[in-house]
Order: sequence, then C-alpha cells, then structure tokens
Amino acid sequence: MWLLRRLGLAVLTLWLVSVLVFLATAALGDPVRAILGRDYDTNVGRREQLEAQLGVGDSIVTRYFDWLGGLLTGDLGTSLANQQPVWGQISDTVVNTLVLVLLAALVMIPLAFGIAMISAHFRRRRPDTVIQTILLALAGVPEFVTGILLVALFSTSVFNIFPAVTLVSPGTRPWDSPEGMVLPVATLVVAVTPYVSRIVRATLLEVLDSDYVELARLKGIPEPVVMRKHALLNAIVPGIQVVALQLAWLAGGVVLVETLFSYPGVGRQLVDSVRNHDVPMVQALSMIIAGVYIVVNLVADVLSILLTPRARTAISS
Amino acid sequence: MTATRPDAKQQETPRGGLVVEDLGVMLTGRPVDVVDDIDLVLHPGEVVGLVGESGSGKTTVGTSLLGYARAGALISAGKVLLEGRDVLKMPWKEVRQIRGEEIAYVPQDPASALNPSIRIGKQLVELQELRGVGTAESRLQAAREGLAEVGLPNDDEFLRRYAHQLSGGQVQRVALAMAFLPKPKVLVLDEPTTGLDVTTQKMVLDTMAALCRSHGVSALYVTHDLAVVANIADRVAVMYAGQVVELGPKDTIFANPSHPYTRALLDSIPHLSHARALRGIPGRTPAPGARPEGCRFNDRCAYAQDKCRQQVPPLLTVAPDHEVRCVRVDEIGAWDINLGTVPDADPDKARDVILSVEGLDVFYGRKHIVHDVTFDVAKGEVVALVGESGSGKTTISRSVGGLHKEWTGTIAFEGRSLATSARKRSAEDRRRVQYIFQNPYLSLNPRLTIEQIIKRPMELFGLAKGKDATDRVVELMEQVALGSGMLHYQASRLSGGERQRVAIARALAAEPDVMICDEITSALDVSVQGSIVSLLEGLRQQRGISMLFVTHNLALVRSIAARVQILQAGRVVESGSVVEVMDDPREEYTRKLLSNSPRID
Repeated sequence: MWLLRRLGLAVLTLWLVSVLVFLATAALGDPVRAILGRDYDTNVGRREQLEAQLGVGDSIVTRYFDWLGGLLTGDLGTSLANQQPVWGQISDTVVNTLVLVLLAALVMIPLAFGIAMISAHFRRRRPDTVIQTILLALAGVPEFVTGILLVALFSTSVFNIFPAVTLVSPGTRPWDSPEGMVLPVATLVVAVTPYVSRIVRATLLEVLDSDYVELARLKGIPEPVVMRKHALLNAIVPGIQVVALQLAWLAGGVVLVETLFSYPGVGRQLVDSVRNHDVPMVQALSMIIAGVYIVVNLVADVLSILLTPRARTAISS
Repeated sequence: MTATRPDAKQQETPRGGLVVEDLGVMLTGRPVDVVDDIDLVLHPGEVVGLVGESGSGKTTVGTSLLGYARAGALISAGKVLLEGRDVLKMPWKEVRQIRGEEIAYVPQDPASALNPSIRIGKQLVELQELRGVGTAESRLQAAREGLAEVGLPNDDEFLRRYAHQLSGGQVQRVALAMAFLPKPKVLVLDEPTTGLDVTTQKMVLDTMAALCRSHGVSALYVTHDLAVVANIADRVAVMYAGQVVELGPKDTIFANPSHPYTRALLDSIPHLSHARALRGIPGRTPAPGARPEGCRFNDRCAYAQDKCRQQVPPLLTVAPDHEVRCVRVDEIGAWDINLGTVPDADPDKARDVILSVEGLDVFYGRKHIVHDVTFDVAKGEVVALVGESGSGKTTISRSVGGLHKEWTGTIAFEGRSLATSARKRSAEDRRRVQYIFQNPYLSLNPRLTIEQIIKRPMELFGLAKGKDATDRVVELMEQVALGSGMLHYQASRLSGGERQRVAIARALAAEPDVMICDEITSALDVSVQGSIVSLLEGLRQQRGISMLFVTHNLALVRSIAARVQILQAGRVVESGSVVEVMDDPREEYTRKLLSNSPRID
C-alpha cells in the first residue's frame, strides 16, 4: 500500500520532469532557427525538413503528447544532427556511464562507511581530526582538479601506471581495458566519499552517545561489535540517503570527469548534443538522468524503511 | 573516617558481594572531582539504595562499579573489589568479561536503552552468543525462562518484537531480564522506574526484589526517590555533591535521619497519609568544581556554623552501621517524620465554582479518548486529575486550556462556555486561564532571556510595558524565588527547577484566575518539587488562584489538592474531596493505586 503510493509519487515526479524538460528544450524560442542559424533563410529545404520533424506547426500541447507518447512506447525520436534514431546512439553511452557510476559506488560505499567508523571510534582525538581535515579539503576541491592531480600523479608526471584517457575503439567497451577505468572511478570516489563519510560519522557519534550503546558496553559487548551491530545499524539510514543523493548527482554530474578522461558516457554526449542543438537527444538524455535520480531515491527510501523497524511496523499496520 | 572500614571489609570480602573503597572520579579536562571518597559495601542478596539529587554523582558511582565512566570523566582513585579482585585494576578484556556476567547494569530510561533495530529475543541472548555460552537452543530457552520470571510473555511472537512495540514497563522488564540472564552476582540499577506509573513501578520493583532474593544477587539501586528506596532497600546511602553524607540501615535512615541534608530531603517528600507543608532546600546542588569548602552542604544547611566551612567532615559512626558526615550530628536534635504535617483541606468548605467541565468527550481523530468527564474547580481551590499514563488526564487539561480542540461537552468559565480552541477564545479568557507545561526544558525558548519570557504575556495582553513591565518581572521573579540577577540570563543557563519557576512566573504575569499545571513537578528532583509546591500553595493563599493539577503522584495530591478526580482509561472512576477519596476509597482502582504508591510514612 505504502509502496504503491510511493511508486505513484515517483511516476508523478517523472511526469513533472518530462513537462519541464519539454518546455525547456522545445518550447523556448524556435529550435529550427537556433539549429540552422544563418542558414535559416537560405537553406529552405533543410528548414522545412526540420520543421516537419519537430512538428513546429502543431500546438505545444500536441507536440508534448506526441513526444510523451513516443517516450512511453520506447521511441525516443530521431537525432537532428545525424538523422539516426536517438536510442541507438545513447544506449551504449548510458550503459557506460551506469557502469562507471556503479563501480564508483561499489568502491565508495564501503570506503566511506569504513572511514566514518574509524573516525567515530577516535572521536575528537588526533586520528579523527586528521581524517576530518583531509575529508573537508577533498570535499572542497572540484572534481576536475582532483582528476588532473590524479592524472599528474599516476599517468604523467610521477608514475606512469594508468592511461590518462579512456581510449575506446569502435565495437569495444571501456571495461575491455580495465586500467583505463581506474582513474575516472578514482576521481568520482574521491569527489563523493567525503560527503558520505562526514554525514555517517556525525550520525555515528550521535548514536554512540545513546543509552542503548552505553547499555551494550555496560553489558560487556566488545567495542568492535558495539560499533558494528549496535551503532552502525542505527546510523546506516541517514548514510543511505546521502549515498542516494550522491549517486544521483553522479549520474548527471559526471560531465566534467567524462570530459576530462574522454570517457564515452552520457555526460559528454549531453554536452555535445546541447552544443549541436540536437533537441531530441537532449530530451532523451535529460529524461534518463531524471529517471536514474528518481529510481535511486526510491530505492533509498525503500531501503531506509526496511532498515528502520519502527517505520516498517508503522507501514505494515 | 576509614577507622571502621578495614574490619568491615575483612568480614565481607570472603562472603562475596562487592566492596567499594575510596572511589574517586574526576573530569578529564580539569582536575575536578565528580565524586570522591566513596566507601560502600554490598552484601550478597542485599539491596542498597543510593539516593541523591541530580548532580550528586550517584549515576557516576553506579557505572564506576562496572569500571565505566562516561565521556569526559575518568575513574581516578579507589578500588572496586569483587570477591577480592579489583575491577578497576583489571586489564580491559577482563573488565569486559566481568560486565554483564558478574556485574550487570539496568539502565535508566527504558525507552531509549534497548537498541531500536535489534529484536528483543536477539538482544536478550546477544551476550551469551558472543561469549559462546551454551547452544542456540539453550540460550533461547534461558531467554524464555528469563522473560517468564519477569512476568512477560515468552512466545516467538514476543521475542520477535522490537523495543518500540513494547510498553514502558515491558521494556524495563526486558532490560531486567537481560541483566539477570547471565546470572550476575551484583546488579547496578540506575533509576530504572523513572517515568513509569505507580502500578508498573510496583511491578518492576517487586520483580527486581524477588529476583535478587532468589538468586542471592546484591544490588545497588540508584535513585532520587526516597519513597522508592523505603520500599525496596535494606540499606541506604545518601549522596550529596559527590560524597556519601549518610549511610545506614533503611529503618535507621527513615526513623532517625541524622544528616541535615537527609532530613531536608525527607521534609520535601509528600506523604500519603497526611497533607504536609512541603519544603524545598534553598539554593541548588553545586556542580563539580563549584562546591563549597568544608562541608559541601554548608551553604544550604539550616544548621551550618563556621566550623562547617573549614574542613570536609569525616564520616562519623553514630550507631552500629550508621555513619554520618556531619560534625554537628550530636547537636542538631532529633527529627520527627510528622514535622510539617498540616490539616487536610477542609472537605466541607463552601465552594464558589469558577471553572466547570460537563460531559466532556475528547477525540484524537476517530479515537475516543475521554468519556463523559464532569468536574468543577472553585475559586482558590486545587483540583487534582490523577491517573496512570494513558488515562487521559493530560488530554483533559489540554482541552480545558484550549490546546486540543477535538472535544464536545461544556467547559464553562464563570458560567460562560469557552470555545473549543484557545484561538477562538477572547483575549480576556486566554489571559485568565494559563497553562504550565510538564517539561521546563522544552517549554521555554532557549534563545530568549528570562526578562523577555516573563514580559511577553504582559505585552500580549496589554497589562504593562517598558519600564513598568520590567519592574513587574522583577517582582514576579522574587515571588517565585528567583534572584533578579537572572533577569538577562538565557533559559538554557538555568536548572530544571529554575526553569519551572520561570514558567510559573510567565503564567503569573498574565494575572490568571486559573492555572493548569500539567505534571509540572515530574521532571524535577524531590527537593525542587517541594519548593515548587510550597510556592504554588503560597500563590493560592495570597492570590486566590485556582489550579487544575495533573499528576500521577497520589502523595503529592494529598499535600496540594482539595479535591481529586481519579481517572482510568478516559473515565472518572472516583472523585471527591482528597480526604474522603484517600482515606476511604470506594473503588477498587483507587485502592490499587494507593497500595502501589511508594510511601515512607
């Protein structure tokens, strides 16, 4: 029952996003004029072709529902730049980006929670202070700077271990040459870990001060078990929420990192499409990013509920 | 002062139990004692009550017995001898081994002491599982037996529950069962019944006493409530400002309290059998680092002389097993429990009704909480609403105050019906009926100064402003015994008792005719409760203010109220004058409440 309502809300959000995306891309100004620029008046054939493809003559509402209907039936339209179906062009990059983000998440989650636990264990003593200072510094550095530093460190100036760019020959996938994935993943991990870690540490500290943790200690439970079973279990929910926010941000915000490493992902494609005024591509990519955002947050909410007995019983009753 | 101690120790140590010698706990940052010079013996099977107000260091002593100090403090001196072995000198691993298995701890707040995300059954057996005691089945079996011992269901469904699916009393009994499961030799209980109503409290206390007796467990019962101690302890240690000031068998302590502080505490406790003029202890418990030279009680003591200010008095043995830390113990005379007894409120006094409630039904959404409640309050009269948690007493008071609006029936003030919510009432009606909340830590805005807080109602109702208002604030603060030096303090700097006085002054600032007092003393120490009650009694007599007094403490009702409504599950089961209801209860429920109430008289 609760899940149904939550799913309904997710669909509603997605729909609102579709309206916004459509308004922002198709309804503002004349896309044909924007695409053709100076050719608008001279190249009449091209203009008419574009106008037909975009349905400029129709009302906004009709165009929106045409587009929405296409979305729902899996027809994302045709790219304006090269007249290929949009889906064929973006399916690979979407998968590439998802793999990149997923790998980053797999490294980042245990790392962030581990750092948070160590930090909370040494609360306000030297190791904690050092960790927190480093994390804050990392959080303050933009990810392209981290990326450049990593490149300088591991592939150009100091060591020469990993390639500085991801070279993908046609027909292969980025992970066919795993060493090329290392630096992009590392950059993302360094960009996201500080936030997650700091939030989890703060929650852990609060939980460690609670009566039930004190009781667990006074009951004679060893400290590592207190930390793992009694404290972490209750600190994990805010952690999940931050992880979700960060992952969702990664899905759309990897642009800089992908550009930096020439990684063939969604971000780079989005930038190119915007530059080419390739409206259907921009719409499709925006919707996919929004979809990832919503799905990740939905999963996080469900997980949070499942991990909070009080909320779980409140829903089931 | 340790002259009598060594032989006592030699006698006790071989027989088991626990011996605390010269224990001291300090703050980590500054060289300041939290507690010092603590000597205690727990005989096997004996319950020792450790009594003190907030800030006395009683909880610190309690956790020290397990070799544990909260963050910011460390155990700096002394020994805790368990069968001759010093817990404080043991390596970490051994201390951990002893915790739970030999010395167990029952925590204060039942609701927050169990882990919210681990099932009851799993928490019960957690320690045994980690230590590898028995098999999974034998551990489960032991957990079931433990739950049965504390009178809880022990089926799978119950074991699968989480803490939030239990009532307060059930959680506390689970904590008790958990402490007893490893069959410890010593039990430390830290105010385990605070926040429970009398029926549940009685049940938990009886369970604890029975378990201690049947398993030969020694227990240290830490509490601020002397009345509870009188019902369960064999011996009592009274703590003040980090030291034990009096120690002796229970009967001696209650029949012949010899330290001025013990006497002051006893004077502030209400009795079930008589009304008393309750008295608080002037001043407040000094914090570690701010304690006076000499006898630490000298600045609040009625008997203090110059010699009390010179050096810390030793614990003197005044009778076998009875030790007192007071140099004037022979000079201050005898104590009488009936001191302060006053006549009960006259049940036949003519009444001039100012507030009447008729056929009140209160709802929360679709839930019908309060059923057909009728009572009235006369001018200058205190009417008590008494009941266990969930009986609807606060719901009624909130409806009367206009804070809850889903009700039907009539609430009339001076014969005029009041609107359901305070918003719809006239400013005059709102001014004349004032509400004081239970928790003074939540009811005052921590960012405002005391002056701003008390001035607000005057400005709101146009009673005074500017300089006039400030003068009135100072006057009110004097009336509630707060120095005008606190005028510009923020509420966060005040103690609980001081905050509640500010809340009372704020209510008084509106010059009300009726004050609704919602459990206003239940979050406070007994001595503070005593002074608040005497303050209210003074206000009633001087200003003729009527009060609706919500409480679960029947003894308090006897001392403060003239009439009482006993509530059960949202209905009035018995009502009448306090004398009649309490001396001659007609209803079974009232009798049960009375017999479950802890008493010292």
